[in-house]
Amino acid sequence: MAQTKRQGERTVFFETPPRVISSASIVGDMEGKGPLAAAYDLILEDDTWGESSWEKAECKMFVTAVKLALSKLGWSTDSLQCLLGGDLLNQIVVANYAARELGIPFLGLYSACSTMAESLLIGSMLIDGCFVERAACAASSHFSTAERQYRYPLEMGTTNPPTAQRTVTGVGAVILSNEQAASGYGSEIFTKIHITCGTMGKVVDMGITDASNMGAAMAPAACNTIKTHLADTHRAADYYDAIVTGDLGRFGSEMLIELCLDEGIKISKNHIDCGNLVFGPNQDVDCGGSGCGCSAVVLSSHLLKLLETETWSKILFMATGALMSPQASLQGETIPGIAHAVVLERDN
Amino acid sequence: MNQQKGRDYRELVKQRSPKSKTVLMCFKAFLVGGLICSIGQVVQFIGTSALNLSEEDVAAFTAIVMVFLGATLTGIGIYDKIGSFAGAGSVVPITGFANSIVAPAMEHKPEGYVMGVGAKLFSLAGPVLVYGISSSILVGLLALIFP
Repeated sequence: MAQTKRQGERTVFFETPPRVISSASIVGDMEGKGPLAAAYDLILEDDTWGESSWEKAECKMFVTAVKLALSKLGWSTDSLQCLLGGDLLNQIVVANYAARELGIPFLGLYSACSTMAESLLIGSMLIDGCFVERAACAASSHFSTAERQYRYPLEMGTTNPPTAQRTVTGVGAVILSNEQAASGYGSEIFTKIHITCGTMGKVVDMGITDASNMGAAMAPAACNTIKTHLADTHRAADYYDAIVTGDLGRFGSEMLIELCLDEGIKISKNHIDCGNLVFGPNQDVDCGGSGCGCSAVVLSSHLLKLLETETWSKILFMATGALMSPQASLQGETIPGIAHAVVLERDN
Repeated sequence: MNQQKGRDYRELVKQRSPKSKTVLMCFKAFLVGGLICSIGQVVQFIGTSALNLSEEDVAAFTAIVMVFLGATLTGIGIYDKIGSFAGAGSVVPITGFANSIVAPAMEHKPEGYVMGVGAKLFSLAGPVLVYGISSSILVGLLALIFP
C-alpha cells in the first residue's frame, strides 16, 4: 500500500509539488479604483458587461478569466483536464454555466469565500496524484448578484453597520500543472512557484449570528486552520513571509490576531488580509472586501507577482469562508466558518 | 469548555466591534426625515389651498404624490444614496415604503414579469402590509365593540 501523504491531523504534502504557471484576474469598476488596480488583467467599466443580468455578467467574467489565463500560455481549453471552482450563488450557478461554455471536465466547489483555496488544494491533490496533468482553479463573486441573494435589492435605501464588508466583483483563475506538462508548452507566466502542501479546513462555529459581521464569524476557523497547520508541519508562524487570509476584513483580522495570541501564535507581523488590500481607505466599504472573488483576484494578480518577483519566497494562502445562508439565519442558526490553506513557495 | 470559549469570544466581539455612530445617525435621520415630511406638508398645503381638496381627499393626494416621488427617485437610482446617508430618516416616511416596493421590482425584472417582478414586488413591503392591515382590522373591531 502506498504511503500516506498526510502529515499530522489534516495537512497534505505533495510529493511532486504542482506548479502555478499562469493566472488571470478580472474585476469590477470599484475594485479597479482600488490600490491593486495596476495588477489586474481586466477592469470592467460597467458591472453588467453588456449582459442582460448580473448573473450572466459574472458568468462571462468567469469564462473570460479562465480563457485569459490559458491564452497567456498559448493554450486552449483542450489543454486542461479539469476545472475546479465555484462562486457564491445558489447551485453555484455561475461556475456551472461557465463550465458549460468552457467544456472542460468540471468539479464544482462550494465553501463560500474559501473556494479559491479549496480549489487549489484539491487541484494540487489531483495533479500530485497523477489523476490530471493540468487544471484550472477559479472562484468568482459579484457585488450585485451577492447582494440580492444574501441581503437587499440594490436600490433599497439602507445603511450598513460599520462591521459590514463589500462583496468584491471579480474572478481570479489560476492554472496548475505538473512539471512535465508545464515545460514545452508555450511561455510560462510564472516559472518558479509551486504548491508544496495544504491544510484542509474544519467547520468552526463560535455562535456569531450577525450576518453583517462575517469577519468575526470566520476568524475562529482561520485561527483553527493556522494552529493545526503549524502543528502538523512543525513550523512557526514566522516561517512564512506572509500569512494571507481571504476576506476577514479589518475587524475579522483584529479578532484573528487576538485568537492566535491566545493560542500562543504571533502573526501580527506577517499577517495580511485580501479584504484589506482590495479596497482603499477612501472607498467607503466599512470593514473591507469579501466574497470568493476577493482572495481569488488578489492571489491571481498581486500575490503571485510578489512571489515570482522574489519579494517573498513562501506564503500561506488561506481563504476564509462564512458558510451562512439567509434561510438558516432566519431560522435562528449561527454562522459557521471554514478556512482552507495552501502553501505557495518559490524555488531558490 | 467549548461553550465557555464561544461565550467568551462572542463577548469579545461585542466589546471590540466598531460601533455605529448613533448620535450622528439620529441627527442625519432627523434632518432628512424632517425634510421629507416638510415636503409632504408643502404638498398638503398645495392640495388644500390651490386645489381646494377636502380634508379626506388631501390625505390621499399627499400620499399619492409622496409615493410617486419615492418611486421615481428609486427608479433613477437616487433613493438608495439618500438611504445610505439618512438611514431610518428615509425608511420610515411613506417614500421609504415606495422604495421598498420599487427596489425589488427593478431587481427581479430579469426573472420575468410574473415570477420576477410580480412575485418579488412585496418581498420587503409584504410584512408591513400583512401586519399593517391586520392591526387596522383589529383596531377597527375594537372601535366597533367599544364605541
